[in-house]
Amino acid sequence: MSALRIVWSGFVTNLKMLSTSSFFLLTSVVQPVIFATIAFYMFQSGGRSGTLLYAALGAGMMGVWSSTLFGSGGIIQWQRWQGTLELGVGAPPPMTLVYLPFSLANSFIGLYSMAATLAWGRIVFGVPLHFAHPWQFVLALAATVLSLGLMGLVLASTFILYRYANALSNLLEYPVWVASGLVFSTALLPEWTRPISWALPPYWGILAIRHAALGGPVWGPLAMVTLLGLAALGISILTFRLFERLARARATLALT
Amino acid sequence: MAGGGAVIEARELRRTYQTSTGVVRRKRLEVEAVRGISFSVREGELFGLLGPNGAGKTTTIKMLITLLLPTSGEARVLGLDVVEHAREVRKRIGYVFGGDRGLYERLSARDNLRYFAELYGVSGKAQRARIDEVFELVGLKGREQERVEGYSRGMRQRLHIARGILHDPQVVFLDEPTIGVDPVGARELRQTIADLIAAGKTVLLTTHYMFEADALCDRIAVIARGQIVGEGTPDELKAGVAEGQITEIEVFGVDDAILARLRGVESVTAVTVEERDQKQLVIVQSTGERELTAPLLAQLDGVEVGRVSSREPTLEDAYVALVEAA
Repeated sequence: MSALRIVWSGFVTNLKMLSTSSFFLLTSVVQPVIFATIAFYMFQSGGRSGTLLYAALGAGMMGVWSSTLFGSGGIIQWQRWQGTLELGVGAPPPMTLVYLPFSLANSFIGLYSMAATLAWGRIVFGVPLHFAHPWQFVLALAATVLSLGLMGLVLASTFILYRYANALSNLLEYPVWVASGLVFSTALLPEWTRPISWALPPYWGILAIRHAALGGPVWGPLAMVTLLGLAALGISILTFRLFERLARARATLALT
Repeated sequence: MAGGGAVIEARELRRTYQTSTGVVRRKRLEVEAVRGISFSVREGELFGLLGPNGAGKTTTIKMLITLLLPTSGEARVLGLDVVEHAREVRKRIGYVFGGDRGLYERLSARDNLRYFAELYGVSGKAQRARIDEVFELVGLKGREQERVEGYSRGMRQRLHIARGILHDPQVVFLDEPTIGVDPVGARELRQTIADLIAAGKTVLLTTHYMFEADALCDRIAVIARGQIVGEGTPDELKAGVAEGQITEIEVFGVDDAILARLRGVESVTAVTVEERDQKQLVIVQSTGERELTAPLLAQLDGVEVGRVSSREPTLEDAYVALVEAA
């Protein structure tokens, strides 16, 4: 009960802070619209106008991933700059519990991207928003956002130890878009990249979302994205515990 | 007032930091921030850690509040080892760092406290009442709905204290809580600290301000270069230099060579300089065995000299003598 209260309180706290950040909102709404526009033109010029919803969902997920990646990485770095990192670490609950709601809020904000992309596609490009399995679509989207939030938590834990881990964030944006099939099908990629794709929650997430929207098996990919999310939670519990101890030994919690 | 058994204990506490220099040929360096310090704080006591910048005060506090692991030695808070039982220690302590940082700027003061109340297990009906109570205690009642980014430094410091005592901890660590706060605000904060003691808390305070330590602390440890160089009540520390004498000389332009000559005068124990606009105040501590005015003025030959006076030693003089001797 107390853990749920901490998660809810942290989630609301971070949503309030993110909602007052015009930079964060702008990148969550404007950037995906730009991606979507490029994707629509690419698909149209390829003579594949029937798959515009496919492109819109992929572009929306690109925004969800970017929001998770930069938000989760940024939580720790930003808290370090603000001097609140030591307060979070010095609080009684385990660090995973302290930062889980922050990471979930970042992914949740990513839903703006999905909404903005779909609205843009409908209004400007006339993309029909007919979903094959509407409820399964909502479920797949929720599971994907949750799973990405948990994946973001693993990334966040590395920032506890490494002050300049944002280099890692910058490196991970485009490769994950490509390896997860958000821009184009992973069937176009070399065979050896398959295991990498399978290990990524966004790969299974977009599969479940697209199947729910356009038709296809949803439960298999949905189970995979959920399992990978739970695995990420397990890893983050271990990494937070390990990195917290190392950070206390190496004195990397504070800015100086 | 100081009462029961030891609530905070540090034994041979030591902390070194690893750092490096150079880009191509990196050279690893070890900096010893705290070099084997031992002290204990009794229940209900306000204990002061005094020392210059870089003396090791904040490092010591951070080890005690579980944010840093000691390189060696042992520390206990309320009988709990700060390394082995970090989580249990965290539940029972509150801490406040001085300065502007350490608050969620875009949230209101109330939202800040609401969040930390959940982290510290103050939930349900008790939460609202407790938050109102601490706002009242630190004098922020009526301003709690405002965003922190619009707060003055004094208001932030009060909010820091409110956050630190929100969960009603038994032990409170205050690291330079009045730094940068205007005199009126600092006086009010000192009253808040005195109220904590009156409420039965044990407080460990670090400060640069001698009058603050003199007014508030039951006992003081002076720390310099990572070691404790003096410990006792403010009166005991003053008594350490009470047999001596303080001579203050106003001068206009004094350099290091002249200060070295002053230090060389027989029975002089310490010489410090305070900048006062166009002039400087040279403070000379001596054993008091002989009249020093004439020999000191002889060393200031060629320097324009203003007022010369003698006075009784203060806690600041005791502090300076201890730090200079370290």
